[in-house]
Amino acid sequence: MTGLFSEVFLGALMFGAVTAAIPLLLAGLGEQMSEKAGVLNIGIEGMMLAGAYLGFVGAFYSGSLWLGFLTGAAGGVAVALIMALLCVRIGLNQIVIGIALTLGLEGLTALLHHFQFSRSYPRLPAANATVIPLLSDIPVIGPAFFKHHLIVYLALALVFGMRYLYRHTQLGLNLQAAGDKPAALDVAGIDVIKTRTIAVLTTGALAGLGGAYLANVGAGLFIPFISNGAGFLGIVLAMLARGRPVWVLFGALLFGVCLSLTTAMQVAGINIPTDVIQMLPFLAVMIMLVLFGRRASLPAALGIPYERGTR
Amino acid sequence: MSIDTPSVNATAPDPTSAAAARRDILHRLLMTLGPILAALVIAGCILLAVGVDPLAYYGYVLEKGLFSPLGIQQTLTRMAPLLFLAAGLIVAFRAGMWNLGGDGQFLLGAVTAAASAPVFVQLMPAWLALICSFLIAAAVAMIWSLVPALLRGYQGVNEIITTLMMTFLGTSLANVLVKLVFRDPGTTVPQTRTLPVEDRLPRLFDTTITSGLLLGLAAIIIVHLVMTRTAFGLKLRIVGANPRAAIHAGLGVPGLTVAVFAISAGLAGLAGAVDIIGVQGNVRADWNPAYGLAVIPAVFLARMNGFAAIGFVFLLSVLSIGGESAARRLGVPNHFTLVLVSIVLIVLALAEYVDHRYNQSRKA
Repeated sequence: MTGLFSEVFLGALMFGAVTAAIPLLLAGLGEQMSEKAGVLNIGIEGMMLAGAYLGFVGAFYSGSLWLGFLTGAAGGVAVALIMALLCVRIGLNQIVIGIALTLGLEGLTALLHHFQFSRSYPRLPAANATVIPLLSDIPVIGPAFFKHHLIVYLALALVFGMRYLYRHTQLGLNLQAAGDKPAALDVAGIDVIKTRTIAVLTTGALAGLGGAYLANVGAGLFIPFISNGAGFLGIVLAMLARGRPVWVLFGALLFGVCLSLTTAMQVAGINIPTDVIQMLPFLAVMIMLVLFGRRASLPAALGIPYERGTR
Repeated sequence: MSIDTPSVNATAPDPTSAAAARRDILHRLLMTLGPILAALVIAGCILLAVGVDPLAYYGYVLEKGLFSPLGIQQTLTRMAPLLFLAAGLIVAFRAGMWNLGGDGQFLLGAVTAAASAPVFVQLMPAWLALICSFLIAAAVAMIWSLVPALLRGYQGVNEIITTLMMTFLGTSLANVLVKLVFRDPGTTVPQTRTLPVEDRLPRLFDTTITSGLLLGLAAIIIVHLVMTRTAFGLKLRIVGANPRAAIHAGLGVPGLTVAVFAISAGLAGLAGAVDIIGVQGNVRADWNPAYGLAVIPAVFLARMNGFAAIGFVFLLSVLSIGGESAARRLGVPNHFTLVLVSIVLIVLALAEYVDHRYNQSRKA
């Protein structure tokens, strides 16, 4: 117990927090783009699972983590393609299809895992970290933030890439218009369906990547239901962030710390159910909402399929 | 997947109303059974791909879920909590509120019932004890939904986020309660005290079907009638159709919002209670059947119609009970049921779209 707040412990705790936050961050950023474009993507949990499974399969058979990330993202895109086809192109109910995709991918990945890996439970070797010189020598913060796999830094950079995209590019504006007033975008000569499809497919790629990170770097193996609600957390983060990518990052880190804390408590042998700690981030956010809850600024056309010529 | 383009009411030359009604029912039946068949074929391909005989699998599903006396009784028993959940969702969705927190409300209702029922049966006659347990389970679930309800009603905070978060919180809280507060000291596994079988909800006649089924059916039919036939239901539907118009019509939207959440969550809590008091007898730690996730799309596909929802809940129950048995017998993990349910939902949604499109083009 004495070593609970030692430098090493805090460093490890923060390292774990960042590792746990990355999948949430990727899912949150992805969901944010879908929501901006007016698609409530509840299938994101399924996309993460597809990414986790295919990412693991890719990395396991090729021996390359990067190829694993690629196949993971491709897996997410494949699921997103179904979502885009059914919910954007022909306008089926997004909640029905989203939940159906999540259920289906939960079952399918668990099933495939059973036939492929359930006897051996193979593991990947630990991901080699890219240590950033100088910065990684800072006590506590150094080992926590600057000794990760390269993909972590890329994910962090993506936050600012997204910020730039939404603020300074035509595509970013188109995405927001597709969610706020799709008819206006259509009149301006931009294809709403195409814009929304881009958003949903990007969501799939990011969620798939998040899933692949979860399996390949976070756990080192694939187990059924590995995402364990991370996709739903991504939805919560995206909605709380009110369209700001940086807020998704802060939210993801907050949840990451709590997830990391549960593991640390178990290691330290502290005898309270992990459920108590798992409740913390939600409690914090609910209290924040109760205290500062204002009208949520969600896109006006969120969840409404766009069909030209209807009001 | 458009194998099932409706061929039924293609030619409708001013039929008498009775014939039209019959045609309509036949059409709906075809539009439901056709997609289910198509879904079974698609899912069968997946089974083939992993080396399982689909015909054998479906044979077992039907045998256990539908045709064996014991199996159909289990199916009907499984329907009880699902019906309550569906009833709760119908109220919320018709009023335009996305209560996605059903699972948290369900679990808290279940834990409350599991904790209170064994105590109550020692204090009062069994029937009164069960009623009290039901009421307190519903009350706890209602209180749990109060935060999202107030936030949505008075602050306009989106209820999808709040109910999703409350469901994560509720699941954890239910576990904490089972492990720390209501844990049965007599067992090594963390679980609540078990309600003796003779004190549980009576079974129907000589079967193993729980009488909770009747309660569930009553709940969903009452909800359907209230939503479609009463002034209160009309008010809720107006709020759902256009909240701003509802304000202009003089409706107290915030109050109605809280009422909707209370009813919806209360019914989810009753679903938990009926599963515990009728079937399980206790709550084990980390028990979460996640019924809500499957019921939500089913309620949508039923177009929030209570009677159609009964049909879909029956279908879900057949698939889940039959699937469990088929998986066990063929040595496949039970996860395939999830895949099957998913494909059925997607194909049904697609069929509805095709049907809708077809009708539109016919009118035009």
